[in-house]
Amino acid sequence: MIVVLNGKEIEAVPGTTIADLLAQREIASETVVAERNGDIVPGADFSTVALKDGDHLEILRFVGGG
Amino acid sequence: MSEDILEIGGRGIASRLFTGTGKYGDDSLIPGVCEASGSEVITVALRRVDLNAGTENVMDHIPGHMQLLPNTSGARTADEAVRIARLARAMGCGDWIKIEVISDSRYLLPDGYETAKATEILAKEGFVVLPYINADLYVARSLADAGAAAVMPLGAPIGTNRGLKTREMIRILIEEIDLPIVVDAGIGRPSEACEAMEMGADAVLVNTAIATASDPIRMAGAFGRAVRAGRAAYLAGPGATRRHADASSPLTGFLGAV
Repeated sequence: MIVVLNGKEIEAVPGTTIADLLAQREIASETVVAERNGDIVPGADFSTVALKDGDHLEILRFVGGG
Repeated sequence: MSEDILEIGGRGIASRLFTGTGKYGDDSLIPGVCEASGSEVITVALRRVDLNAGTENVMDHIPGHMQLLPNTSGARTADEAVRIARLARAMGCGDWIKIEVISDSRYLLPDGYETAKATEILAKEGFVVLPYINADLYVARSLADAGAAAVMPLGAPIGTNRGLKTREMIRILIEEIDLPIVVDAGIGRPSEACEAMEMGADAVLVNTAIATASDPIRMAGAFGRAVRAGRAAYLAGPGATRRHADASSPLTGFLGAV
């Protein structure tokens, strides 16, 4: 299936979770927030919500800013 | 001397210098800047994770006692600011938010109407809202009505280090607005931060001037002392200015002619 991750289409196996995507990229899940199709996904649900084909996912974190 | 605590959103803040985390050549300077400045409030931005590059995390450099003030930079409308604010709160670092709604890319001036709309929505959702605004009395009033916890008028455009260009308008806000006034943006030198505090501003937010100094930690210390000096001078009540000289030494008891 295809999901759009931070604006880029990626191929993911069906059943993939946000936690899977983060683990594949060695990103600590507690350092990010996620939005799926415009809705915030609580960190506690990162490993339980299975993504669907066509999902739009935004993964964000704090960066330096003024 | 009695304690002089600034209260925003139910939190007592001893240091009236707020800092930021942008533009550092090396984020590992941030803890030293926090310590040298004495600052207790620090801004961050929210951005997409770069999925292909490193795991560098600015949060690793922010001391745990700091009050985090995420901004909504990148928002061009109230809706975008609200979306960013909700995501920032989901990070679990508190509910303070600096509203920044900007669609002008040359001067980065804030859109007062969209800022007020976002402030009203977020204040109702329990956020502690600190909006970045033009130094404008009507904008500030609409934000006070919308539930802002403080207002943050600009001294000069973001990142310009040009100082208190809006001085007269900020003076009016200090006089008329019954909320903490935090002068944000444009302050380039400690003397300018000191002046803002002498005028009666409640705090200043300084990022670029510290982060882009040759020695950010030393500059952070200089700003910290300048802000304390300015605040102390304000509380002490400066004497009146006058047009003609007024001798400091007695004008009687001079020596007689020889």
